[in-house]
Amino acid sequence: MNIVVCVKHIPDPNLPAEMDGKTLKREGVQGVMDPGDEFGVEAGLQIKERLATGDGESGEGEVTLVSMGPAAAMEAVRRGLSMGADKGVLVSDDVLKGSDALATAKVLSAAIQKNGAFDLVIAGVESTDGYTGTLPGTLAEFLGVPHVSTVKEIVSADGGTLKVNRQTADGYHVVEVGLPAVISVTAGVNEPRYASFKGIMAAKKKPVEQLSLSDLDLSGDDVAVKQEVTELSKAEEREGGEIIEDDGSAAAKIADFLKEAKVI
Amino acid sequence: MSTNPKKVTLRPKDFLDIDALLSPEERMLRDAVRQFVTERVNPGIEKWFEAGEFPREMATEIGAIGLLGMHLEGYGCAGTNAVSYGLACLELEAGDSGFRSFVSVQGSLAMFPIWKYGSEEQKEQWLPGMAKGELIGCFGLTEPDAGSDPGAMRTHAKRDGDDWVLNGTKMWITNGGIADLAIVWAKSAEGVKGFIVPRGTPGFTTRDIHRKLSLRASVTSELIMEDCRLPADAVLPGVTGMKGPLSCLSEARYGIIWGAMGAARSCYETALEYSKTRKQFDTPIGGFQLTQQKLVNMMVEINKGILLSLHLGRMKDEGNAAPEHISFGKLNNVREAIKIAREARTILGANGITLEYPVIRHANNLESVLTYEGTSEIHTLILGKAITGLEAFS
Repeated sequence: MNIVVCVKHIPDPNLPAEMDGKTLKREGVQGVMDPGDEFGVEAGLQIKERLATGDGESGEGEVTLVSMGPAAAMEAVRRGLSMGADKGVLVSDDVLKGSDALATAKVLSAAIQKNGAFDLVIAGVESTDGYTGTLPGTLAEFLGVPHVSTVKEIVSADGGTLKVNRQTADGYHVVEVGLPAVISVTAGVNEPRYASFKGIMAAKKKPVEQLSLSDLDLSGDDVAVKQEVTELSKAEEREGGEIIEDDGSAAAKIADFLKEAKVI
Repeated sequence: MSTNPKKVTLRPKDFLDIDALLSPEERMLRDAVRQFVTERVNPGIEKWFEAGEFPREMATEIGAIGLLGMHLEGYGCAGTNAVSYGLACLELEAGDSGFRSFVSVQGSLAMFPIWKYGSEEQKEQWLPGMAKGELIGCFGLTEPDAGSDPGAMRTHAKRDGDDWVLNGTKMWITNGGIADLAIVWAKSAEGVKGFIVPRGTPGFTTRDIHRKLSLRASVTSELIMEDCRLPADAVLPGVTGMKGPLSCLSEARYGIIWGAMGAARSCYETALEYSKTRKQFDTPIGGFQLTQQKLVNMMVEINKGILLSLHLGRMKDEGNAAPEHISFGKLNNVREAIKIAREARTILGANGITLEYPVIRHANNLESVLTYEGTSEIHTLILGKAITGLEAFS
C-alpha cells in the first residue's frame, strides 16, 4: 500500500508568534514539524507495519511525506523520515509565500499525483498555525477521492478498504471507505513514536525530491492567493476562572460543570 | 569593514543563537532527547528523587531511542558524533543528573571499555544488550580509600591456573545495585587490568548506599569481591595499566561538561519565569536591578559554558581534544553550574527549597557532579601542571 502523509513545517507553537505584516513570520524563526502531523506520520507507519506483519496482504509499499514550504521545511520532512517514513517530496517556491489553504491543497495534490499511484493520503485535522482545517477536504476534492475527516481510530486496512472510527460531538461513526481516499486524523489517534538516533541518522540518506512550481506544471496564477487577511487583533486575555468556595456542595458543582462541558 | 546588523530576534533561552552552530541532524537528535525528557523524565522526577530510586524499567526506553553507547560504532550502537552525545547529556541533565549519570556510566564507563579494549567475543556478548538497555553495566574504580588517587587501589586479581581470583571493595559505584555486569579494575602482577564481572558470579555482591542527599534518582553502591573467581576470558585483553580506566573517565567527563550546563539551564529558566510572575512591592521581582543582575550573570555563564562545550565537542570530533582540555571544561562548567543553581535558589526565595521546583534538586545533584569523575581540585592541578610543567601531585 502506498501511503502519503502531508506534513507542515510551522513556527514552534511553544514560542510567541512573530508576525511579518499580516502573515506569520516563517523564516528566521525556530520551526518544527506541526505536532499534529506526528499523528499522521505514526498512522501511516502503523498501517504499513500492520500490513507487513499481517496475513495475506503483502507489506510492499512506501510511506511518502509531502510538504510545501520554504527551504527550512526540509527539517519537518527529515523529522518524519527519522520516525521511519521512506521518502519525501518538498515543494518550495518563492511564489508560494503567503499561500492560502486553497493554493496549498492545489500544490499538494499536484505533488501527490506526480509522486505516483497512491492508496491513502493522511493529514492532520488542522494545522497548529493557520487552523483553517479546510485542507484535507479540499485536497480530496482535487485528487477526486473520498475524504473521511476527524479519524480517531484506524480499525483495519486491507485490500482496497479502510475501516476507521470517526470522532463526532457525542460519540463516533464507524466508517468503511474504498481506497484511494484522504483521511484526516486527530491528536489521540495513536501514540507517536520517538524518533530514534538510528532513525535520525538514517533519515539523512533517504531520498527527498525538491520541486518548484514549474515542476508541477503550475503557474503563479494557479496559486494566486484568493483570500486576504484584512485585520489582525490579539486574542482576548483569558479571564480568571470561577472560584468555588467549598460549603459542602463544591464537588457537585464541579461535577455539573464537567457535565456541561461534556467531559463526563 | 562592518555591515549594519539585520533585525534579529533575541531569545532569552538561546541568547547567542548557538542553535545555528549545530547541524540539522544534531538539532534533531537534541530535540528527540528533549522531548523524551519532557514527556518521560520530568513528570516522574520529583517522585523518584524523593523516594531515592532510579526507575530501572525505563532503561529499555532509554535504549530504544539510542542513548546508550550512542557515540560508539557498531554492535547495535547509534554511532553519533561527540557533539550529539554532549547535546544528549545536556538535555538529560536538564531533567536530572541521575538520568545523565545513568547514561554516562552505561555508555562511557561500561560499554566504552568493552568496545575499546574487549575481545570480539566480549563485544558481541555484551554490547547489543547494553545498547538496548536490557543489560545494565557499572564501572568499579573508586575504593573507600582510593578516590582522587585511584592508583592506590587495593583490589587485586591473582592468577589461579587459567582463572583469575579478585578480592577487594569498590565504593560510590553508580548503577552498582542494578547492574547485570560490572567493569572492575584491579591490580595484577602485570599491572592494572579490567574485568567483566557478571552479576551472580560467586564471591561478587553489591550493597546500595542509602541516605544520600544528592543524586537521589540514581543508584549508588558498593561492590564487594571476596575470592571472586573469573574465567580467563573475563579480562579485557586490550589494555594494561591506569590508562585503561582513565581513558574511560575522559569519555564520561566530556559528557559532564555538557550535562552541567543542562542542570544550569533548567535552574536559569525556572528562575527567569518565576521572576516575571512573582510580585513583591507590586512589581515583578524580575524588574528589580539585583534580580536582573543575577539572571544576566546566569544567562551569560550558560551561553559561555555551552559555547565551551561545543568547542570541545568539535575538537573531540576532530581528534584534537586532550584530557587536559576535558579537565578545562569540567572544571569551568560544573563550577559555574553550581553557582547558577544556588543563585537561582535565591530568586525563588523559600519556594526554592522545595521539590516543587527543580532548583534545589539540581543544586544538590551538582554537589556530586563537582566531586565525581575528578574533583575540581584534581582538574585544577591537571591544568596547573599543563601550563607550568610542574607536578603538584604524582
